[in-house]
Amino acid sequence: MNEEDVLGKAYDGKLMRRLLYYLRPYKWYVVLGIGLSMVVSALEAVRPYFTKIAVDVNIKNHDSRGLLSTALLFLTVLMLRGVTQYFNSYLTQWIGQKTIYDLRMEIFRHLQNLSLKFYDRNPIGRLITRVTNDVEVLNDMFSSGIVMVFSDVFMIIGILWFMFSMNWQLAVVSLSVLPFLFYGTFLFRKKAREAYRDVRVQIARINAFMQEHVTGMIVDQIFNREERAFKQFDELNAAHRDANIRSIFYYAVFYPAVDIIGAVAVGLIIWYAGGRTLEGTVTIGTIMAFLQFNEMFWRPIRDLSEKYNIMQTAMASSERIFKLLDDRTRITDSADPVRLDGVKGKIEFRNVWFAYDGEHWVLKNVSFVIKPGETAAIVGHTGAGKTTITSLLSRFYEIQKGEILIDDINIKTVRQEELRKHIAVVLQDVFLFSGDIKGNISLGNDKIPFQHVKAAAQFVGVDQFIEAMPRQYDEEVKERGATLSVGQKQLLSFARALAYNPKILVLDEATSSIDTTTELLIQSAIRKLLQGRSSIVIAHRLSTIQNADKIIVMHKGEIRETGTHQELLALGGLYYKLYQLQYKEQEVRD
Amino acid sequence: MKALLRLRPYLTKYKMTLLWGVCTVIVSNLFVVAMPLIIGNAVDTIKGGLETGKLRSGLLAEDAALIVGFSIVAGFMTFLTRQTIIVVSRKIEYDLRNDFLAHIQKLSLGYFQNTPTGDLMAHATNDIAAVRNTLGPGIMYPSDTFMTFSMALTLMFIKDWSLTLMALVPLPLVSFAVYKLGKIIHEKFNERQEQYSLLTTRAQENLSGIRVVKAYVREEYEAGLFEKLSWVYLKKNLVLAKAQSVMWPLMYMLVGFSLIITVYFGGLQVIAGTITIGTLTAFFTYLSMLIWPMIAFGWVTNIIQQGAASMERIARIFDTVPEIRDTEETDILIKHISGEVEFRNVSFTHRGAAGPTLKGINLKIPQGTTLAVVGHTGSGKSTFVNLLPRLYDATEGEILIDGINIRKIPLEVLRLHIGYVPQETFLFSETISENIGYGVDEMAREQIYEAAEISQISKDVNEFPNQFETMLGERGITLSGGQKQRTSIARAVLRKPKILILDDALSSVDTYTEEAILKRLRGVMADRTSIIISHRISTVKDADLIIVMDKGKIVERGTHDELVALGGIYANLHQKQLLEKELEQLQ
Repeated sequence: MNEEDVLGKAYDGKLMRRLLYYLRPYKWYVVLGIGLSMVVSALEAVRPYFTKIAVDVNIKNHDSRGLLSTALLFLTVLMLRGVTQYFNSYLTQWIGQKTIYDLRMEIFRHLQNLSLKFYDRNPIGRLITRVTNDVEVLNDMFSSGIVMVFSDVFMIIGILWFMFSMNWQLAVVSLSVLPFLFYGTFLFRKKAREAYRDVRVQIARINAFMQEHVTGMIVDQIFNREERAFKQFDELNAAHRDANIRSIFYYAVFYPAVDIIGAVAVGLIIWYAGGRTLEGTVTIGTIMAFLQFNEMFWRPIRDLSEKYNIMQTAMASSERIFKLLDDRTRITDSADPVRLDGVKGKIEFRNVWFAYDGEHWVLKNVSFVIKPGETAAIVGHTGAGKTTITSLLSRFYEIQKGEILIDDINIKTVRQEELRKHIAVVLQDVFLFSGDIKGNISLGNDKIPFQHVKAAAQFVGVDQFIEAMPRQYDEEVKERGATLSVGQKQLLSFARALAYNPKILVLDEATSSIDTTTELLIQSAIRKLLQGRSSIVIAHRLSTIQNADKIIVMHKGEIRETGTHQELLALGGLYYKLYQLQYKEQEVRD
Repeated sequence: MKALLRLRPYLTKYKMTLLWGVCTVIVSNLFVVAMPLIIGNAVDTIKGGLETGKLRSGLLAEDAALIVGFSIVAGFMTFLTRQTIIVVSRKIEYDLRNDFLAHIQKLSLGYFQNTPTGDLMAHATNDIAAVRNTLGPGIMYPSDTFMTFSMALTLMFIKDWSLTLMALVPLPLVSFAVYKLGKIIHEKFNERQEQYSLLTTRAQENLSGIRVVKAYVREEYEAGLFEKLSWVYLKKNLVLAKAQSVMWPLMYMLVGFSLIITVYFGGLQVIAGTITIGTLTAFFTYLSMLIWPMIAFGWVTNIIQQGAASMERIARIFDTVPEIRDTEETDILIKHISGEVEFRNVSFTHRGAAGPTLKGINLKIPQGTTLAVVGHTGSGKSTFVNLLPRLYDATEGEILIDGINIRKIPLEVLRLHIGYVPQETFLFSETISENIGYGVDEMAREQIYEAAEISQISKDVNEFPNQFETMLGERGITLSGGQKQRTSIARAVLRKPKILILDDALSSVDTYTEEAILKRLRGVMADRTSIIISHRISTVKDADLIIVMDKGKIVERGTHDELVALGGIYANLHQKQLLEKELEQLQ
């Protein structure tokens, strides 16, 4: 079963203590909330008492003035109760919202600090659920859950107190049906929960199927598979319907059953109390009050069992959230960091060994030096370890053996923030954020003035395209840059790297074919980018490789050959073969 | 509201069950409404006992038994109500959702390009759920409310009409308040929901772009952005909370007024001796019985309004007529095609586009030959091949297969004989063999292996954990771009199509594998027609006919040698490639 579908127990002391910790900043509000719910409960429980007074005292004594004052008192209590309940309800929601706001930000910040190793293991969809859904579930617990449980409990206590103080024998009689109610509710909750879970699984299946077949509708149509897809859908749809019908059955039994148990209590009250009236131990007003108590009693009990559900889902969610918060897959800075000032850009890998999982070596004893201002092109087959080298330089992962040095300083001794400031990374798959053009170049860094953004765009030659748009640098960028072409996106990512003006550049060239004009722009932009910077390039373009000062040929995690294009060709080794295979026959430039 | 009328055929299908359901509502209410009378009677019996000093306890026990008996009958009826009306609503939901899928399956490519998947998903889930709500609770509660209301009121009026009127004064306010507040809450809820989706989107973007965020040390900035959104979300939640917090206190107050009025005025009448204490008790019980219907009334009004709005959105989709479908023109006698293709002066303009994408295409592809299409991105290559399986219909001119206009060929027959490998590979989250065998009804193992062999995917597949039974997608493995393309080719090849279309389907496959695939295809497709779009000269050079497209027109046509001799765009491309090679060799 999926992690998301697990519903555990409703109460877990350890989790609960940890959850309550988040209420700490608001503890006085919580106290106030509990106080207010006590008031509400007391005012509610007193209601039938007024009926009793009206019947047994006022009406019995034909005292119409007394009746009026009872009614007015009743009215006052009612108003008071309404107002208190309003404030209490708002207050509890306020507490819930504040708490989950704090929690959500904590999770988000925590996610920002986790290392890429963590992201390699965890699908993003699941992480989003933690920040959104799971936190939202906790809102129910923090707001309606905790305070309302108090309020329900107070209500029950209040009603019990009134009942027993009015007539304890009658109280016992009318409460004698409670065990049946409890057992019935327990049984119902269990069955309904199972049915609900079933429904949820089914609806998730329907959604997944729908999503896939709407996206791939054309494939269905071209391959004449509409009927087959329909049949599959029909099955899922029917399973969903049947799961729902099963769940309806439980509700159809439960609600009438509760009503019947209530009626039994009414019957018992009348039968028992009637017999006691002659003895004078029970008055008619008492009977009327008990009939009302009987009804009032039902609600908080039903509510409490509902709270059980809220608690259960909250426990499951909080367990997932805490598991995430406890994940310490991060790279910690040295306690006594070395400053990295006036970087010249010498890069050195010294006997570096690395494995993502600590077991299967992806890099084996890799050593090379890139002098300040030099460009090194890394070539090799897929899986040779090219991308890994670039990730290690920014210390996205921790190496197992060896050293990586910048200007002869081990990068482990430098603060990650400072290290990354000097390295600009351009990824193969350009990632643009929704927002505007200038924000995508500066990434919201207010230390980069607009002139620099503009200059960077100009330098890589994307300015003409930007200025041709109606709102220029303020032009909207859709999610993932949907409205921009691949080439434009790449140029924007070059401008981004340039705006940060790093000493070291890491470039993973994109492979996708682009039209000639853009291709020329990109080639010249790359040349300019590499000038005066130490760079590591995962090269796909022949022109880039030919211009590199040094080519590092990787194979299965090892460096096999190093040298210039000419030297390596002359060598007739691995590079020569790679060249024949990958670069010689370049794609048709259209 | 009119939109809800469209549900009539669905309701008619279950009309007997629904009728039966309404009957149970009536019967259960008869018994429920009678109960306060019994309670009132019992109280009067007790009162009488007090006055005479002799309690008729047998009568009292009888009343108590009656109360229990009545509630059992009423409860059984309520059980039946849920088992009929609510169950029917789930059945209609099922019917509606099936019809929904069946309908969108008929819609054409143009529709899906203009409609976000998310929208369609929302219709299929949220909107249908809202309509279901209208059908189940929307039928059960109103009929229940109506029955309780009319019966209880009648009895109350008979007992004491003036007290009834006074006690009822605040109750319409309850309905009104629930209705109004419900509307506000719904509105605020939607606003909050919008902010929630902004929040989700931001989280999604941040996490997808985490590499960039980290590389440029933008963690704090990102957290700041998210914090702002979270704060607005909190504010919107509190606005909603305010509206929600008013709801229940207000309800209690309004209902409480009714109780107070009854206590006071009813009490005065008991003192005056115009009504008995039992009647007063009955009134109390009736009042509490009417509270829920009054609340339900306002609530249901909202549900029905939302259901109607949802039904309207669903109806809009049902009313979308599929652009491409079989018509009277269609000759249903056509069962096969051979594969000779002809384009006669074909032009095509996308809906809402400024200019045509294809202009005056004239072309004949004899059966069993291979046509290759070369051209820039956006030159109309994909649109050109999309016209053949009628993903679009030509806006001008005609396309003939075996000399017959393709509009006359039944859509199913036409597509059955075309093997199409689209530019963007789409595979389903099923096993590899199911994906390869996707286009045929019966899939023999050997055929799947053969198709996989042809498309050069079998070697890869054999390295997967469960070979051909390996699941793809979320619950399985992710294929590389090239593997996806090769699987997609196998899927098309397995159909043994008369016409095979590869729309840039080898772009992520390396040149050696490509060569192997093309070689195998030449064998299989010997007497069949192939159309291959590509960026690479190596892919197209052996085709029987190569056309070069530019801005929606065919600008050059001929064999590789002819085109090279022609000295046009194609020759230029070829030249460049040769030059590059020579240069490299010179250095």
